[in-house]
Amino acid sequence: MIKTKVIQDSYNNKVLEVKDLKTYFYTDAGVVKAVDGVSFDLKKGETLGIVGETGSGKSVTALSILRLIPEPPGKIISGSILFNGNDMLKLDRKELQNYRGNRISMIFQDPMTSLNPVYTIGNQIMESVIIHRKLKKEAALKEAVRLLETVGISEAIKRLSSYPHEFSGGMRQRVMIAMAIANSPDILIADEPTTALDVTIQAQILELVNEIKHKTNSSIILITHDLGVVAKYADRVMVMYAGKPVEFSTVDNIFYKAMHPYTLGLMNSITRLDKKKMGKLNPIKGSPPSLIDLPEGCIFRNRCRFSSDICKKSFPPLREIESGHFVACHRAEEILKKDQRAI
Amino acid sequence: MLFYIFRRILQVIPVIIGVTIILFIILYIIPEDPARLILQKGATEQALANLRAKMGIDKPVYVQYWRYITQLARGDLGDSYRYRRSVNSILADHYPNSVKLALSAIGIEIVIGILAGIISAVKKYSFWDMLVTISTTLAVCVPVFWFGMIMQVIFGLKLGILPMSGMGDGSIQYYILPSITLASVSTAYVARMMRSSMLEVISNDYITTAYAKGLSPSRVIGKHALKNAMIPVVTLIGLDLGALMGGAILTETIFSWPGVGRVIYLAILQRDAPVVIGGTLILVLIFVFMNLVVDILYAWLDPRIRYQKKEINV
Repeated sequence: MIKTKVIQDSYNNKVLEVKDLKTYFYTDAGVVKAVDGVSFDLKKGETLGIVGETGSGKSVTALSILRLIPEPPGKIISGSILFNGNDMLKLDRKELQNYRGNRISMIFQDPMTSLNPVYTIGNQIMESVIIHRKLKKEAALKEAVRLLETVGISEAIKRLSSYPHEFSGGMRQRVMIAMAIANSPDILIADEPTTALDVTIQAQILELVNEIKHKTNSSIILITHDLGVVAKYADRVMVMYAGKPVEFSTVDNIFYKAMHPYTLGLMNSITRLDKKKMGKLNPIKGSPPSLIDLPEGCIFRNRCRFSSDICKKSFPPLREIESGHFVACHRAEEILKKDQRAI
Repeated sequence: MLFYIFRRILQVIPVIIGVTIILFIILYIIPEDPARLILQKGATEQALANLRAKMGIDKPVYVQYWRYITQLARGDLGDSYRYRRSVNSILADHYPNSVKLALSAIGIEIVIGILAGIISAVKKYSFWDMLVTISTTLAVCVPVFWFGMIMQVIFGLKLGILPMSGMGDGSIQYYILPSITLASVSTAYVARMMRSSMLEVISNDYITTAYAKGLSPSRVIGKHALKNAMIPVVTLIGLDLGALMGGAILTETIFSWPGVGRVIYLAILQRDAPVVIGGTLILVLIFVFMNLVVDILYAWLDPRIRYQKKEINV
C-alpha cells in the first residue's frame, strides 16, 4: 500500500475508527470486562489523549487495536477497528503482521523491559526496517543510524552495537521510539510512554514524540493518567472509567466545560499552582468498581455526588450534548447548567 | 569477550590444584597397603619394603605429594595396582567409548528436550503439553536401571530389533538403547526447564514489543524468546555434559558398555586406587572444563554477564 503523506484536509480524514470495542478477560474469578463498549475516532495528524486511572482500560484499548491481547485469557469479543476502512479484527495473521510496526506502531510504558536484553539495539532497530521494507543489511544499517539520530542519540554508529542495559531509561525510550517510527507509521500509539521515567526526561520524550508527529504528519494516541500531559499535547481527549468512555471531546472542552462528574472529579484532584488559595486536594471518594462485578446502572454512581434515582436504573449512553462533546451521564445538562465546578 | 574467557581460564587453576590435594589426601589415608595389593599374599617383608621404597610411599606425606604432582604435571596418572598397565592407557582405551555414548545422549537431550519444552510452552495446556508433562514426570520418576532393563526386554528380547548390550562393531544400533536410557532423566529435566523458562520469557514486555513490530510468531519465539529462554537450559545441559562425560556408571554397567564409568566401578570393587583416582581426576577436569564452556556460552547468550564493556561486539 502506498502511504499518502500529503497533508489532507486533516480534520475530516479519519485514519482510525473504533466502534463498540469489547475486550474481556476470562479469569478464574470471572469475566473481567476490561474494555466494554469503547468507540472513538482518530483523525490524520491528530493527537488523541486517552485518560483514566489504572485499570480503566486505556492500555487494553491500545493493545486491542494491534490485537496484542494475550489470548487466552483475553478476547476481543465484539466491535470493529477500522484502519483506513479496513477492519483490523478481520485480518488474518499475515495481513496483521503487515500492519503492526509498519502502519500502526506502539511505544510501551516501561523502556527498561520493552527491549530484548540479549540483542543489540542496532539489531532490534534494523529488524523493524528489514521485515517491512525488505532492505538489505547495509541499507538497514544506514537507516538505523538515521533513526537513532532522529531520536537524538549521539554517536549513533557506535551505539548500534550497544545492548539495552548500557542505556539509561530515557535513552531506551528513545530507542523504542526509533523502532516505532522506523517505517513512518500512520498511527503511533504511546502507552504511558513517560510513566517510568524521571520528570525531566518525561518532557524530553514527549517533546520528541510531538516533534516527530509534526514532521511525519502521523496521528498519535497518547495514553496517560497525567492530565498536564494531555493539556499540553492532545487535541482531543477521551476519559475512560471502568472500561467505558465517559467523556470525549476537545481538550478545551474537557478542561473548561467538563460535564461528566468523573472528569470534574479528576480536575478537582489536580494540584494547581495558579490558584492562590488551593485548600486541600479534593480526591474522588471511594474506589473504582470491580470489573468482574460492575454495579447496575451507572458505573460511577457510587462515587458520584450528582447521583440520583435514574442513575440506578441504566448506564447512560455516550450522548452528544454539544457539537463534538460526548458525555455518558444522565444529568450532564444539569451539571453544565449549574456549572458545579469547585476549581 | 576474550578477556572474559582468559579470566575464567585463570580461575580454573586453583580449582585443579584444590582437587589434586583432596584426591591425594584420599589416596594417602586409604588404610590399604598398595605394596600388598600388588605383590599379593606370600610376599616377603623385604620384598614389600623394597616395593614401598621404590614407590616412595615410605616417605613423608609432602614428599609424596610433590612426587604425585610432578608426575601429574607430566600427564602421568600412575600405574594400576591390578593390571600391569598405566592408568593413562586404561583410561585412553575406555574413554572414547564413554564420550561417544555421552555425546549421543546429549544429542537426544538437546533435540528432544528443547523441542518438547518449546512446544509445551507455546501450546500451553494443549494435548502436546499434557503429553510432555506426563512423559517427563514418568521419565524423572522411573529409576534408570529399571528403565534400561525394560528397554532391553522390550526391544532386545521380545521384539529382537536392537542389540541388548555391548558395543558390538560400534554401529548405530548399539547406541540406541544405552543413549536413550542415559538421556532419559536429563531430557525430561531439560524439557521441563525449557518449558518453564520459555513461559516466563514469553510473558515479558519485549515479547509484546516483538509482536508489535510485526514479527511472525515463529520469529518471535525462535529469535527473541529462545535466546533468553536458553540461558538456564544451557547451564543444565552443560553441567549434564560434564557429568555424562565422566562416564555413566549405571547405564554402562547395565548395557556392559566398555566405558570409563564401568572401569571406575570395577576399580572401586578391586580397590585399585590409582585407577579410581586417575579416573576421578579426569572426570573432575572434564566437569570443570564443561563449566568453563557453559560460562562462555552464557556470556555469549547474555551480554549483561560479560564483564567489560569494551569487549562487546555486535
